[in-house]
Amino acid sequence: MSDTHSETVAFMRETMLPPQPPPLAQSGAIRWLRENLFSGPLNIALTLVGLGIVWLLVGAVGPWLTHSVWNAGSMAECRQIVAETWGQGATGACFALVKHRWNQFLFGFYPQALYWRPVLAFGLLFLALAPLLFSESARARRVVLGLALVLTLVVSAVLDAPGPALAGMAVAMLGWAALVEARPRPALLASLVYPFAAAWLLWGGSLWTEAMALAGFAMGFVVWRGLARFGLFAFALAVVAAAAWWLLLAGPLAAALAGVLPLRLQPVSSDQFGGFVLSITIGVAGIALSLPLGVILALARRSDLPVIKVLAVMFIEFIRGVPLITLLFVASLLLNYFLPPGTNFDVILRVIIMVTLFAAAYMAEVIRGGLAGLPKGQYEAADALGLDYWKAQRLIILPQALKISIPGIVSTFIGMFKDTTLVVFVGLYDPLKAMSDTIRASFEWKGAYWEPYIFVGAIFFVLCFGMSRYSMYLERRLKHDHR
Amino acid sequence: MQTTAIPAIESDAAIEIVRLNKWYGTFHVLRDIDLTVRRGERIVIAGPSGSGKSTLIRCINRLEEHQSGKIIVDGTELTHDLKNIDKVRSEVGMVFQHFNLFPHLTILENCTLAPIWVRKVPRREAEETAMHFLEKVRIPDQAHKYPGQLSGGQQQRVAIARALCMRPRIMLFDEPTSALDPEMIKEVLDTMIALAEEGMTMICVTHEMGFAQAVAHRVIFMDQGQIVEQNTPVEFFNNPQSERSRLFLSQILGH
Ligand SMILES: Nc1ncnc2c1ncn2[C@@H]1O[C@H](COP(=O)(O)OP(=O)(O)O)[C@@H](O)[C@H]1O
Ligand SMILES: [Mg+2]
Repeated sequence: MSDTHSETVAFMRETMLPPQPPPLAQSGAIRWLRENLFSGPLNIALTLVGLGIVWLLVGAVGPWLTHSVWNAGSMAECRQIVAETWGQGATGACFALVKHRWNQFLFGFYPQALYWRPVLAFGLLFLALAPLLFSESARARRVVLGLALVLTLVVSAVLDAPGPALAGMAVAMLGWAALVEARPRPALLASLVYPFAAAWLLWGGSLWTEAMALAGFAMGFVVWRGLARFGLFAFALAVVAAAAWWLLLAGPLAAALAGVLPLRLQPVSSDQFGGFVLSITIGVAGIALSLPLGVILALARRSDLPVIKVLAVMFIEFIRGVPLITLLFVASLLLNYFLPPGTNFDVILRVIIMVTLFAAAYMAEVIRGGLAGLPKGQYEAADALGLDYWKAQRLIILPQALKISIPGIVSTFIGMFKDTTLVVFVGLYDPLKAMSDTIRASFEWKGAYWEPYIFVGAIFFVLCFGMSRYSMYLERRLKHDHR
Repeated sequence: MQTTAIPAIESDAAIEIVRLNKWYGTFHVLRDIDLTVRRGERIVIAGPSGSGKSTLIRCINRLEEHQSGKIIVDGTELTHDLKNIDKVRSEVGMVFQHFNLFPHLTILENCTLAPIWVRKVPRREAEETAMHFLEKVRIPDQAHKYPGQLSGGQQQRVAIARALCMRPRIMLFDEPTSALDPEMIKEVLDTMIALAEEGMTMICVTHEMGFAQAVAHRVIFMDQGQIVEQNTPVEFFNNPQSERSRLFLSQILGH
């Protein structure tokens, strides 16, 4: 206490009280609770009901989860461990099943020694997509490239990929990643080649089969460009040329080239596919094909040419009026009656075609919504500048319409990816039902019910949530107009 | 400004419109329009709302199709022939009431897109041209922004620059200032006046009388799809001939 004024002033405050936090009820968690959960009688009632439901759920599932067993050789052993640890009558999840059979959920009946091939195909997918999906953000792209590279190598090594394969993988992936970074445009060409490389990795056999299929596309493209000034006629000729190539020349040429330089991987047949390898193969192919097809259908449906418009409407409405399962049955059973006897049209390919057609019809409607959402002035400005129909669509209309449609497009993708589990009905081994049933049918894991579903569901969730997050990232990145 | 002498080169018409008629369904929008625009001539089209002004100038670059009569732009007749339409469109620039910039492209990309894809100009060169015209409309420093980040007046000046990048011989303006706040009208009109001073052939739908007096050689008054009256700006504003133009002028100058 200082004494300078002590005589003149009866009291002087010298030490300030420290600032107090606001009364408890006015701030922080309590205030939030009061405002959001207990603001009125109805709100209080809903909150209590919600809490009750959470309580019941946790009560029902909680012990089962917390008592889960990860190390056991069979269902019976699991039950025994649960009973010993938590007492008679206690329930517990038996995730030991996942630990033993994870590979079947992921790879189906794919030969174990070749697991690295689907893994590599999946890793390369990200290299192929990076220049498309992360074209503007160098940082995001490098993260994706780096992760794809490292994870693919590590996982392949863990899965016992042979040394030479690992080395080749490392070289190829490093080279490709460097190409993406240094020369983005040629890298897009590499992305176009990717589907053929992936098909070769997945199904194996002679590289020349895929190479000749690719050559057919290349030839069609050359014909089309060469005759571009004849318009639609050039396109028709290109299709004919490519078809002739595939039907007449591709087979013998591939055989001849294989004789000269055999580039073979051990073949894996379609009925060995299963689990997520199957789902992702169908899903990725369906997604990649249904987007362009959906765009074409949407444009056709808005076309001024009545024939084209009517065809598009009929196709879209027909497909949307029929359940996917029906289409899958058509793919698996009916097509066999129509195709000439002896043709061996791969069942996975047939399913991919049907899934693509199905998703494309929905995609077309989503994109049509985006096209309709664009102001008429955009079309007029493009016309006034002398851009022709296709250039206007490609440079002005579609970039904006697709941007508006991103949420719908990604929803369609996600829906389609989950729908790939329906292939179980045509005898393919989807991860959810067919693989789970197969594993349950074994002596050791008889009686496991929820565990396979939880595991498969979790993987589906991660993949779908990833797509959904990417779509949000993309929307944010493309948000240029502050209108 | 009284420098409204019509250019003397009689021979070559930039635009020739002969007995043009257009219907929307049964609605007769344009009735027997005859109009010849000489090279370097500047025309202002005025008239009440719904009189067919926009429709008329949109017929000139075939944003609208006409049903009878002839439209010849720079010697090319507009028919169903797509080649002719493309040719005309690449020579005629258009500026819209609502700018119609491409919101997903930067200002520079807006300006280089058509030269690169339609005229096949190398990118580098297209960018130089674009910067040249952006400087002309006095917004070179916004080149890397997106349209949404610019004010209305700036957007409209970009729209003018974008049209100019195609090196058009004729410019059409459809009420370029009527979507703008008053304080931005002047900057756009100044740009248009500068363009006029360079001798561009211009057809402007506008109610900016000051602009018409300053640059137009001729004012055309339309009502109910017809050209009711045409005259020099001085004559038109001071001494309108028809009852309808008098009424119209009293309405727009009245308040
Ligand atoms: N696409 C259209 N379909 C039917 N009527 C139209 C269409 N566009 C314009 N009109 C009608 O044509 C008339 C002239 O329109 P417009 O040329 O825009 O007039 P202005 O530009 O002089 O205001 C108006 O009555 C308008 O309602
Ligand atoms: Mg108008």
